[in-house]
Formats: sequence, structure tokens, C-alpha cells
Amino acid sequence: MGLISILRVAVLALARNKMRSVLTMLGIIIGVAAVICSVAVGAGASSQIQQQIANLGDNMIWVEAGGRSVNGVRTGSKGTKTLLLLDAKAIQQQIPAITNISPHVDTPTQVVYGNQNWYTTVRGVSPEYLAVRRWAVERGSSFFQEDVDHAASVCLLGHTVMENLFGTEDPIGKTIRVRNLPCQVIGILTAKGQSPSGQDQDDFFLMPFTTVQKKIKGIDWLDDIMLSAATPAAIRPIEREITALLRERHHLRADEEDDFNLRHPAEIAQAGAESQRIMTILLASIASVSLIVGGIGIMNIMLVSVTERTREIGLRLAVGAGEMDVQMQFLGEATVLSALGGGVGVGVGILASNVISSTLRWPVLVPWGALVVAVIFSAIVGVFFGYYPAHKAAHLDPIDALRYE
Amino acid sequence: MQDPAHHGVVVEPSVPGSPAIEVRDLHKTYKLGEIQVHALRGISLAVEAGEFVAIMGMSGSGKSTFMNLIGCLDRPTRGTYCLDGRDVSRVSKRDRSRIRNQKIGFVFQGFNLLPRTSALENAELPLLYAGVGRKQRIERASEVLRAVGLAGRERHHPSQLSGGQQQRVAIARALINNPSILLADEPTGNLDSRTSVEIMEIFQRLNQERRLTILLVTHEEDIARYAHRMVTFRDGRVQRDTPVADRSLAARILPTLGAADVEAAEEENHEGA
Repeated sequence: MGLISILRVAVLALARNKMRSVLTMLGIIIGVAAVICSVAVGAGASSQIQQQIANLGDNMIWVEAGGRSVNGVRTGSKGTKTLLLLDAKAIQQQIPAITNISPHVDTPTQVVYGNQNWYTTVRGVSPEYLAVRRWAVERGSSFFQEDVDHAASVCLLGHTVMENLFGTEDPIGKTIRVRNLPCQVIGILTAKGQSPSGQDQDDFFLMPFTTVQKKIKGIDWLDDIMLSAATPAAIRPIEREITALLRERHHLRADEEDDFNLRHPAEIAQAGAESQRIMTILLASIASVSLIVGGIGIMNIMLVSVTERTREIGLRLAVGAGEMDVQMQFLGEATVLSALGGGVGVGVGILASNVISSTLRWPVLVPWGALVVAVIFSAIVGVFFGYYPAHKAAHLDPIDALRYE
Repeated sequence: MQDPAHHGVVVEPSVPGSPAIEVRDLHKTYKLGEIQVHALRGISLAVEAGEFVAIMGMSGSGKSTFMNLIGCLDRPTRGTYCLDGRDVSRVSKRDRSRIRNQKIGFVFQGFNLLPRTSALENAELPLLYAGVGRKQRIERASEVLRAVGLAGRERHHPSQLSGGQQQRVAIARALINNPSILLADEPTGNLDSRTSVEIMEIFQRLNQERRLTILLVTHEEDIARYAHRMVTFRDGRVQRDTPVADRSLAARILPTLGAADVEAAEEENHEGA
């Protein structure tokens, strides 16, 4: 018998017992749908976390001015005045595999425009900051190195600041007051929304760091240095090099603590991604168990079917079916059942994923590769669990089988 | 799986002039635990092509074992069996199923039709295993169904057919590969007497028109009388082997049975369908 005949005979046999076939398939349908749902929910969560990591910055390394102990009294972080622009320049010149670097000086401040005012944070940075933290300019333009050199009074507003000061008015070219400094708005940053911890990421504005240093804070040191590594793998070595370099530049003895901190915001998010990935694997493996239970259901029904159709098998053997023909017939039935169940299960899985996504507002992502794997895997389940019943059928003695009551 | 060309090699054409069935000193011994059961104790028998032989005997006489051997469903413990001049008593399992497919037609007491499957698909079943294409299968199945008087009922399922009609589908199935021999195991056992005669009419017609060799197992003397020859088994041996004198002819007996109840049965069946 050719493959087409085998499949035809299998489908006809299954069609003779529609209700039973559907119920048998149900196990596989539920199994496949469960696998697809859990993978889809996992992939959705994973892509959300990846998005959040990307929002944090481009392989970002964050050097923060550290705490200091004065006569046993310790300041908090940023208590030191030792982190300087020259440190930033030294890092840029001496450590390879850094793509962008920006000094960072920040302070909370009141800003005023017309009769509106808002309490927010000003961040003094270089133009490279936008690349390091992955900010984009929505309207207007960024400032340039020239503005940094001249300590120009220009600023880029975060979305929240713009909304609170200007409402619907066009802010580009307008002058706001930062403390007593008049400052021209030259651009608006694209909104990032809330951070994973619920903070408003758009409630700040940017100015050249020289302007903040000289005209607002009146300092000559830096609060932070932010930089991007060329690759995620380069982050660790770069951190080690920065530590060595800064300790040397700050003349720290071996027994002294660092007067700076290295922060890893992406690392925390990575850990979150990892635990989420483990959760997905766990969910998918539980769902896979139901697929195997579905397979056992198929084996059960096939065994019943073989017993029930003993006379049919006897007859087929009598009129010339070989062992292989009978084996293939029952294997075909099991495989068609499970593959069909797998196909329907994929549909149900996609449907259920969409329902989850729209009712629970979870991010859901159906990975298309998983669908193909699910159908193939369920067909394999069919072959595996169909083999024993088919083998049993094929090795019946035709004489006994024909006489079976 | 099996292509028809391949069959030609394995199942050789009949050797002319030799008997359809020739068995010599056939023994069959079963082991039931410690006990050995001698089902057949030396059967020698020849059936010429075109003969219609009735096999009789009480249960336990060995006639079923004999039919299983003739049907290539089993192998003898000792002795030879030549089918169409070829010794088939020692062939492999695989070759036996090919011989059954090509040379032997089976008709059973319980019809053994596939349920919820049309008469046409039931009849074409052996062709499926002979590797015959779909179009040709349908053609030949329609033809044999016509030959047993079931034209127009190709699409009926067994549950929509009377017992006699079901047995005719089974006969059509047995005929579809143009077998050398037809083995019928109590084919009228589940049928009323009139329908039994109808089946005998078909057998006699096929025997005469196609020179089909028929072996018919029965324990009813009056059914055996439709054959040319009666072979009686007892205790694993041939007890009696005699030609049937004054043979019954179904074609002549049928009209005397009256057609009224046949039509009633047909009507009933139509309503059921």
C-alpha cells in the first residue's frame, strides 16, 4: 500500500468513529494548546524584559561618585568631589571597546515657563548621552559639543516636563527659567514611559554638563560618568579596567575603599530575564507532560480499537494484508489522530494566547517556529504511542482473529 | 507496499493439467501445554480445477484445521500441499499472505464485512493489498458486485443490507482477485433456508460459468448436496469421499420456493435503508 492509501484507510477508519476520534484527539489538542500558550506567554514576557533592558541603555556602564568617610562620618554616594572630567577623558582614551561616553551632573530644580512651573531634575550631559541611554529626539534637535564648550543655555525636555510646562503649546525655541538661568528649549525627547519599577522615566531635562556645572550647581567635579561598551561581553573587562584606572588616578592606597561605585542596572534586569526564562521552561515542561498524557490516551484508545477490530484485522490478514500493511494501518491512524490533534491544538493555542493577551493584558508573543515543532512533536507522540498497538495488531494470528467473538 | 509486478514473480501461474488442490499425508499437531492434539492424522486428497466439493464432519473432526491449511492461513506439521501444482506447504509468512491475496477467496459464516463501509469498498479490499490503483479497484469491485446480483447497491453499508446481501458482498470480495479456489466456511450458517439456496445458486453459477474451484464446509446435508462431491472428516482423517448422486440444482429449486416473501424482505430492507 502506498502512503496515500494508508492515510486514506486511516482517515476512513477514524471517520467511522467520529466521536471517539475527537475525544482521543482532545488530549493532544489540550497538550499542544497548553504548550503553545505557555511558550507564548513566556516569549511575551521575555520580549517585554528585553525591551526594558534596551531602554536602560546601550550596554551601559555607570560610574558613580562614591561615598567618603570624614573622621568616621560617612557621606552617602556622590559625596566625593574626586570624579572629574579628566577621569572621563582618561577612560575614553585609555580603554578600548567603549563606543560612547558622557559626563553626568544632576540636581533637582524648579523650572518655570510663563505662569507654569514644575519641580524636576536637570541632567548635565554631553551629546553622547543620548546614544548611551538610548534616547531619541522627537522634535527639534539635540545640542552639540560646541554648546558644551560654550556652556550654552540650551535644553532638551523630557515628555513629562514639556507637558507640565507647555501643555499643548509648541515649546521649541521658547525660553524657560531654570532657577535664575534663562534657557532655550531646542528639542523634545521621545517618551519612554514608566520604568519596570514604576518610575516616570520622562520627568527630567537635559543641558550641556558644563552649563549645569558652572551656571546651576557651581561645581567643577562630576556626579557620574555613563558609557557604553561595544558588546555585552566587554562590560566586565571594561569595569575592571575603569576600577584600576580610577584608583590610580585618585591615588588610592591598596587598603582604601573605592571613592566611586560601578552600577549595573542591566544586570538586575538580566537576572529578571533569566528567572522569567526558567519560569517559561517550567511551564512548557508541565504543558509537555499533558501532551504525553494525551499520547497515552491515544495508545489506550488504539489498544481498545485493536481488540474491538480483531475480526477486521483477521479478515484483512486473510485477504492478503501483510504484517507491515496492518502495522502501517494502525500506526497511520494513531499518527493522523495526533497530527490532526496537534494542528487543531495549534489553532486553539493561538486563540487562547490571544484571549489571555486581551483579557489579562499580558504581553503574548506566539513564536511561529514553536507551532511547527508542536505539530511535528505531536505526530512523533502518535508514532511512539501508536507503535505498540499497531505491533500488537500486526502480529495477531489470522485464524484466531477471525474466530474472535 | 506491494506492487502487482512483484506478485507475478512470487505467485506463479498454475501448472496446466495439475489438480487445483493436491494434499498428501497432511498432518497437523497442536501443542496445548503438555498435551499434543493431533488435529489432522494424514489427509490425502485431490481436488480438480472446476470441482465443487463439500467438506463435512462433526466439530473436532479436523475440517476447520484442514480448511486453514488449504487457505494458507497455517502450515502443516507434516505432508505436502500443492496449490495449482506448486508446493506451498513450506512457504514463508509473507508469501502465504500473497498467495491468499492472489489465489484464494474466503467466504465466512459471519460475513466479516467492515462495518460502516460501503459494499464497494468492502469488495475491493483484497485489491488494496495487491497494489491495484483506485480507478481499477472501483471498476472491478462494481463488476463483481454485479456478478453476485448487487448492482445498484454499491454505496450501501452492511447495516443497510440483508444477511443474504451481505454474504453476496463477501462473495464479491472473494472473487475480486480471480482466485483459483474459493473457500466457504459454513456460508449459509447464519442465513434462512431460502437465502441459503440463493447463495448456493450463486456458487453453482460461478462454479459452472467460471470453472471456479469451490470448497464448502457445512454440516447440513442438504447444503452439501449442491456440490459435486462430499468429503466427510472424522478424527482427523477422511472418513468418506463420495460423489453426490442426484445433485441439487439451486436454479431449479429457487422458483419453487415462491418469490412473495423475497419481495417483502426487499421492501422491508428498503425502508430500513
